[in-house]
Amino acid sequence: MKTRITLLIALLTPCLTYANEWSGNIAVQSRYFMHDPAIQNTEQHNHYLSMSAEPEFYHRWDDDNQSFTFKPFIRLDQHDDERTHGDVRELVWQRVFDNWELKVGISKVYWGVTESQHLVDIINQTDAVENIDGEDKLGQPMIQASFEKDWGLIDVFILPYFRERTFADTEGRPRTFPTVDSGQAQYESSDKENHIDLAIRWFHMIGNWEIGLAHFDGTSRDPVLQLQGSTLIPFYPQMNQTSIDAQATTEDWLWKLELISRDVLNDRYYAYTAGLEYTFVGIMQSDADLGLVAEYLYDDRGNSATSFFENDLMMGLRLALNDEQSTEALLGFIIDTDSQETLISLEASRRLGNRWKAELEIRTFQHVEQNGLLQSFKKDDFIQLDLAYYF
Amino acid sequence: MNTISKTLLAISLTLLLSFQTIAETAEEKGLAIAKEADLRDTGFQDSISNMTMELKNKQGKTSTRKVRVKTLEVTGDGDKGLSIFDKPNDIKGTASLTYSHALKPDEQWLYLPALKRIKRISSKNKSGPFMGSEFAYEDISSQEIEKYAYKYIKDETINGIDCFVIERYPAYEHSGYKRQVVWLNKQEYRPEKIVFYDRKDSLLKTLEYSGYQQYLDKFWRADKMHMVNHQTGKSTLLTWHDYQFKTGLTDKDFNRNSLKRAK
Repeated sequence: MKTRITLLIALLTPCLTYANEWSGNIAVQSRYFMHDPAIQNTEQHNHYLSMSAEPEFYHRWDDDNQSFTFKPFIRLDQHDDERTHGDVRELVWQRVFDNWELKVGISKVYWGVTESQHLVDIINQTDAVENIDGEDKLGQPMIQASFEKDWGLIDVFILPYFRERTFADTEGRPRTFPTVDSGQAQYESSDKENHIDLAIRWFHMIGNWEIGLAHFDGTSRDPVLQLQGSTLIPFYPQMNQTSIDAQATTEDWLWKLELISRDVLNDRYYAYTAGLEYTFVGIMQSDADLGLVAEYLYDDRGNSATSFFENDLMMGLRLALNDEQSTEALLGFIIDTDSQETLISLEASRRLGNRWKAELEIRTFQHVEQNGLLQSFKKDDFIQLDLAYYF
Repeated sequence: MNTISKTLLAISLTLLLSFQTIAETAEEKGLAIAKEADLRDTGFQDSISNMTMELKNKQGKTSTRKVRVKTLEVTGDGDKGLSIFDKPNDIKGTASLTYSHALKPDEQWLYLPALKRIKRISSKNKSGPFMGSEFAYEDISSQEIEKYAYKYIKDETINGIDCFVIERYPAYEHSGYKRQVVWLNKQEYRPEKIVFYDRKDSLLKTLEYSGYQQYLDKFWRADKMHMVNHQTGKSTLLTWHDYQFKTGLTDKDFNRNSLKRAK
């Protein structure tokens, strides 16, 4: 099968002769919703099948000082026309100089340390139709310069084009009621999606501590959804955000903090995630590790927060069998300490043979309040199975 | 000096030397051998190599791991290492960076390419299996003298090679072993075989080295390392390819940015 795929790709791109520089995966996903939709007579379904492909071409030259990466992504969804989408995750040229590096193109950047949410991570837009955990990101056009100094690492970003968040279509699930019409997106800046965003980050290691300080000025990745007629229209305001992320690592414990202060629509607020992680190794005389994760999530806007996580507690159990198939599972609870609204998730994965991998994901929403932020997910408990082939 | 006094001097010197040999405890001799072995492997500066692991379970079913390994020698401390994983395919592009230390916990980072995330991880799991193999992390990490207490046991010839047999006891925390018995080649001070005993002192694994090659007229590296787990019946054959030394790697090749672009 690998030969056939490689051959196909090689035929499609005759200019790229290094077939072995291709890698990636093709996956089938089945998502089953355990309850009927919250609103009767909607076009939503209980079962969704989809397929995705994420090949990657990577080439380096000039004594490995230059590289080129191309990583497209495509998903075809059985019902949701908005979830059927493609994206260029990466299309980037990188050049390494003596004490600095330059990256030009479409790429992805990750900042932060915590597990339950990613407050500090702000460069890339969320590909929200992929999953509700916010970990799938759209490719971001950027010029990034990275300077290595004795006193830390400085990254400067120029982000010349803004990516709008993806939203599910009427047949999609989970989704908002009513649906979001991305085609009518509005911006605070008259430059709209062409507003040039800027960001700078300093990162340094001091003993057991790793500290990042960052500032971002530009279009908010989080839209305000405004009801206009019978649809929701995303509005992208301008904002600036200053953040700290830090982790202390000892042999037994990880201590983590992400703190942001954001100025948006004439209002400044702050939010943080603080937590710790402890790992028991070789539990019950096996090779398995069991990690305990606890995080507290705070947002000083309280109940008016656009995020669900305004005064919440996350508890997680991470199991790694350390076996040949790399079997892993993460069970997480996020509990709103005021309303007891609870989000439970289980993510598990296991390699099958040398080239396949199965992933299981279950998400359920408990004690959902009327008019609570989770309300639109109330009936959207789902179980998802992914089977991926890696080449 | 006349002949008699010369002879006397020679005799007394011989006696003195043999007394010293007797006075040297088994622990001192074990440590001296370990120090000599360490000295003979000092000065390689840096190395690059490719590692293939073949994991075999009890039924004889195999699976393969491929890793590219870069090492930077750090004098007075543990080495720095960068490992880039090529196989199995689902973890292709994953990389790990380790600053190893003698007794202080190692510093370790993992780069996850799908998320583009670097995670600083706890280095507590020394006894856990490396990529599901029969090699534990502590088996493949930088070997520093201070990591063990030593004891010379005896001389023994295995496979026609004269060896020192020494025992070593992990001095660092979280080891999976009570002790290891090492057969060290007397001529070249390189390990030929290591037998591992678990924390309960039961026989756990045997590691055999073969296909030794000498690089830069000094440094011996085995092409093959075969680890057999006697308790599970599983085994791992680790094969090293394309060793290169003194390639000019520096600290800059072992930092956060180099971890991120390691592919």
